[in-house]
Amino acid sequence: MIAALDLAPIWLTLRLAATSTLLLMLLGTPLAWWLAHTPSRMKSLVEAVTALPLVLPPTVLGFYLLILLSPDSTIGGAWVSLTGDNLTFSFSGLVIATMIYSLPFAVQPLQAAFEAVGRAPLEAAASLRAPPRDAFLTVASPLALRGYLTALVLSFAHAIGEFGVVLMVGGNIPGRTKVISIAIYEHVETLEYTQAHALSALLLVFSFVVLALVYTINRRFPVAAG
Amino acid sequence: MATLEIDIRLGLPDFTLEVAHSFALKGITALFGPSGCGKSTLLRVIAGFERGASGRVALGGEVWQDRRRFVLPHRRGVGYVFQDTRLFAHLDVAGNLRYAERRAPLGGIARSDVIEALDLGPLLRRRPVRLSGGERQRVAIGRTLLSHPRLLLMDEPLAALDGHRKHDLMPYIARLPGAFGVPILYVTHSIDEVTRLADDIVALSEGRLLAAGEVAATLERLDLPPVSGRFEAGSLIQARVKGVDRKFMLTLLDVAGQEMVMPGMAVPEGADLRLRVRARDVSLARRRPEEISIRNILAGRVAEIASEPTTAFAEVLVDIGGGQHLRARLTRASVSDLDLAPGAEVFVLVKSVAFDRRALPREADPGQAGAPHGARQGD
Repeated sequence: MIAALDLAPIWLTLRLAATSTLLLMLLGTPLAWWLAHTPSRMKSLVEAVTALPLVLPPTVLGFYLLILLSPDSTIGGAWVSLTGDNLTFSFSGLVIATMIYSLPFAVQPLQAAFEAVGRAPLEAAASLRAPPRDAFLTVASPLALRGYLTALVLSFAHAIGEFGVVLMVGGNIPGRTKVISIAIYEHVETLEYTQAHALSALLLVFSFVVLALVYTINRRFPVAAG
Repeated sequence: MATLEIDIRLGLPDFTLEVAHSFALKGITALFGPSGCGKSTLLRVIAGFERGASGRVALGGEVWQDRRRFVLPHRRGVGYVFQDTRLFAHLDVAGNLRYAERRAPLGGIARSDVIEALDLGPLLRRRPVRLSGGERQRVAIGRTLLSHPRLLLMDEPLAALDGHRKHDLMPYIARLPGAFGVPILYVTHSIDEVTRLADDIVALSEGRLLAAGEVAATLERLDLPPVSGRFEAGSLIQARVKGVDRKFMLTLLDVAGQEMVMPGMAVPEGADLRLRVRARDVSLARRRPEEISIRNILAGRVAEIASEPTTAFAEVLVDIGGGQHLRARLTRASVSDLDLAPGAEVFVLVKSVAFDRRALPREADPGQAGAPHGARQGD
């Protein structure tokens, strides 16, 4: 049964989730930091935009992304002239779509963790001659470790299970955009229930393990305050 | 000796913090005032934590803040001991100390000296959550020292501790300026801490400077509302231990050539002490009283009288010789009945003496004068 299973969607899904999670951590950290510390009135608006993927139907998000990333648009066109490749129906486009779709899952735990750490330990670090970046890396980040772990696990898991946005932006190109959830959909459409069962069970077990992990993290690493 | 020059304004919810003062940084300077008077905020302005403050801050000619410049906190070389200690929870005690050491300029304060001076040896492997309040504060002080600060800011470091731990920690703080050559700005609302620790005092009230100067001189000034509040208002006098009376368990003191006694015998002979006498514990008489239980009766001369027309009271400053003064709080009726006026000869009756454990001069080990705290002379 497993031998009959096409493993390509699994590897593609893992690659997509790993790439988008890594990039999300890099880009989501400064955004979460800004949201945690800014006194700006823009904060609420930015928070709302960040949370949009939680409430929008994936098809709506996918539709706008499809338009935004198409070769006729500014962004999509610039990408084509830079790399010679389309953003739509490509792995790169999927990474961008996944990052946007998973944004709240990365930013919200990080923001909460940075807010819990607060300014106090940063002031203490500054009084010990630590420049802001040094203080961020050596004090704020270790104290916000639980936030990082939660953000990492949730973004990765969310990327794995994504369907609607991927279908809209990436379509169903084997080896390029055909991820697990799309493969399951296709197997069901073509009445290949055995394969659909195997992949679905895989995702079910994976999701359960991930959630169990998140709750364990929350118990093991209580937010450390100074 | 570096001078800290401040001329700053900062709007706070209830009032505007507006302070212009030159701090001659020597030993320990107390920033004193009631809770919410802006003294902690002033400390934060000096450290560079309040970006909203306008004005000028400079240390020894090096400008930290003015119209054009704002030096970030980590470049000021100011050590800050927070009331809540702010030890890094993800590091053990040794890690916290190392954090400061690594970022300190070369030729700093030696780690072994700090560990010894603050008794940190047994704590090094412990996590901050496993420390008591007093231990945490000692680690925080040690960590700050290891960053080799040019100026040490302490924000009510004893406020979160109970009475016993407070008094355990005070000698450690008293030793710092002498042992490590770091001047201290010490925020407190406790007159007890001021008299035990401080050389100079800067008193604030609702964001304004009330008085500044040497502690004893400032506390006995009559032209100011008492900086310590009516209840605790008083004066500081210096005394030398002459000997002990073993039968009655008393310590005999020489104060400006006159004798005083206080209960207890734990202070070594020859030690210099600083005594605090509250104005409300002092009475005056025109003739030396006889057959009276009060044992501390000093001859003096009225130096100054400040009546409070809106109350029943007046404060009288009495010169007891040797440049020392005692402050007495009497009713205005008494002042009138006794016909008191500057120059009048009086006898000063001291009902109760609280003494400052710290020996004077500063070089002496504060730990030696280890009599029970706040021993009061009964009548």
